[in-house]
Amino acid sequence: MKIRKFDTKVQHLKYKVLREVAREAWRGNLINSLYDLPEKIIPGKEPTMRCCVYKERAVIEKRIKIAMGGNVANPNVIEVIDIACDECPVSGYDVTDACRGCLAHRCGDVCRMNALTYDEHQKAHIDKKKCVNCGACAKVCPYSAIINRKRPCENACKIKAIHMAETGEAQIENDKCISCGACVYQCPSGAISDKSFILNVIDMIKKSEHNKKCKVYAVVAPSIAGQFSYAKLGQVITAMEELGFYHVVEAALGADMVAYAESKELAEADGFLTSSCCPAFVDYINKYFPALKDHISHNLSPAATISKYIKEREPDCKIVFVGPCTAKKMEFQKEDVRPYIDSVITFEELQALFDSRDIDVTKLEEGYLDNASYFGRIFARSGGLADAVRQGLKEHNLEDFDYKPISCDGIEACKIALLKASKNLLPNNFIEGMACIGGCIGGAGCLTHEAKSKKEVDDYGKEALEKNISDAIGILKY
Amino acid sequence: MKVTICIGSSCHLKGSRQVIERLQQLIRDNNLGDSIELCGTFCMKNCVNGVSVTVDDNLFSVKPDSVDSFFEKEILKR
Repeated sequence: MKIRKFDTKVQHLKYKVLREVAREAWRGNLINSLYDLPEKIIPGKEPTMRCCVYKERAVIEKRIKIAMGGNVANPNVIEVIDIACDECPVSGYDVTDACRGCLAHRCGDVCRMNALTYDEHQKAHIDKKKCVNCGACAKVCPYSAIINRKRPCENACKIKAIHMAETGEAQIENDKCISCGACVYQCPSGAISDKSFILNVIDMIKKSEHNKKCKVYAVVAPSIAGQFSYAKLGQVITAMEELGFYHVVEAALGADMVAYAESKELAEADGFLTSSCCPAFVDYINKYFPALKDHISHNLSPAATISKYIKEREPDCKIVFVGPCTAKKMEFQKEDVRPYIDSVITFEELQALFDSRDIDVTKLEEGYLDNASYFGRIFARSGGLADAVRQGLKEHNLEDFDYKPISCDGIEACKIALLKASKNLLPNNFIEGMACIGGCIGGAGCLTHEAKSKKEVDDYGKEALEKNISDAIGILKY
Repeated sequence: MKVTICIGSSCHLKGSRQVIERLQQLIRDNNLGDSIELCGTFCMKNCVNGVSVTVDDNLFSVKPDSVDSFFEKEILKR
């Protein structure tokens, strides 16, 4: 079988655990096989990742637990695997051997804290008591001799929700964390992971008895276009139906509904409006800018919007959202979304589910995925939502409205816009906020985070039968 | 009478929007708005013969260009 395209070995390991857990769960044999799985996943005596196979297997045990839903006492879906954490040094800025003890000492000149001292060889030293880790010295050193020893997880977490525990491993502060998953993707040791709900999904599919007892729908995010690069999108849709989903519906159709409603909401809004599509962005506003809460669009996210539509017509069905997002795993548990979405899995997990049933996606016939318009589909990448709202204004005949959007991708860009907004200094009246760089195509649950995803999303958008938002959502009135 | 049109991906590509819009027009022209309920549903597992339409519980295949004759035969006569 063709080797899957994962960006990193960490993703591949996570996938193997998910696949084996799923395989046993389909057979109804998971509990009996629990003690055998670590050795099945890490066979032999030679370690390939850590000090010994026993440590490797101990980490696998923890991964199995996360694949089975993780620690139920922890409300966050992002969890640290303590024994997998390499406890990377956290010394901050350090002078390395590359320091040549030069004459200029730009590092000392630029330091506002007077934290640099020089020894008898004129080599620089940083006084940790004075240093505030601003990085100015590192920038000016002509030898690049000053480096930042920051933990990759802390570096990835732009809201500073990760700290070192007294015992050395990384620790997530749930009050601060927005579950965006940036640390999950960035930790080189694979010590942070998102909890998986694949067992709930397998259970739903089994209990549906081939969709006879109840239908299990999959609502799939438009960012799927750049994923599963080894097969055609239509084949992936067929594979999802082979897996046991009754039908696959585009979340992008929900995005069309949102864009249509949100453009009207914006035109009637008092002051500026922010998007509500990205659950991590919404959580960020609630936790860090509570005074701006009322400016968040009142629309549910696209996934929740289309799921609500389906559930209102078929109250007994089950709906699983499949996407690139770890924060969606928090969103579907919220009171206002819980009635509509029953579970959430990522593209990584979908791949594991395919292989747990030995479904060879490349051998399948192409199915169809078509309901949404171009505009609903481009929600998957930064800037798409703002374009869709512009189109929505046009289709509401609100072209006279002075639309001034700003598209922010990555939590740092969101922060800048929200800070300005909180001080009434924002020249824009609509903030498109996406916690991940590039938008959803940069989501932590993606198989691949390559730059070409954006083009693939745009191409997928252009393939849509419906060119306008109103055409796509017109049929939903019934 | 309940008329349900499949709006799943396959039928959508085969023209379910045109079928719905035409049916809506015919219902309006014949003043049947009170007695006919139009609904959409995602997939009836009859993708090969789309666009799938059910009248109460009877399944039909309707093409965008055969809506008028379908309406006359299966809806007006009931």
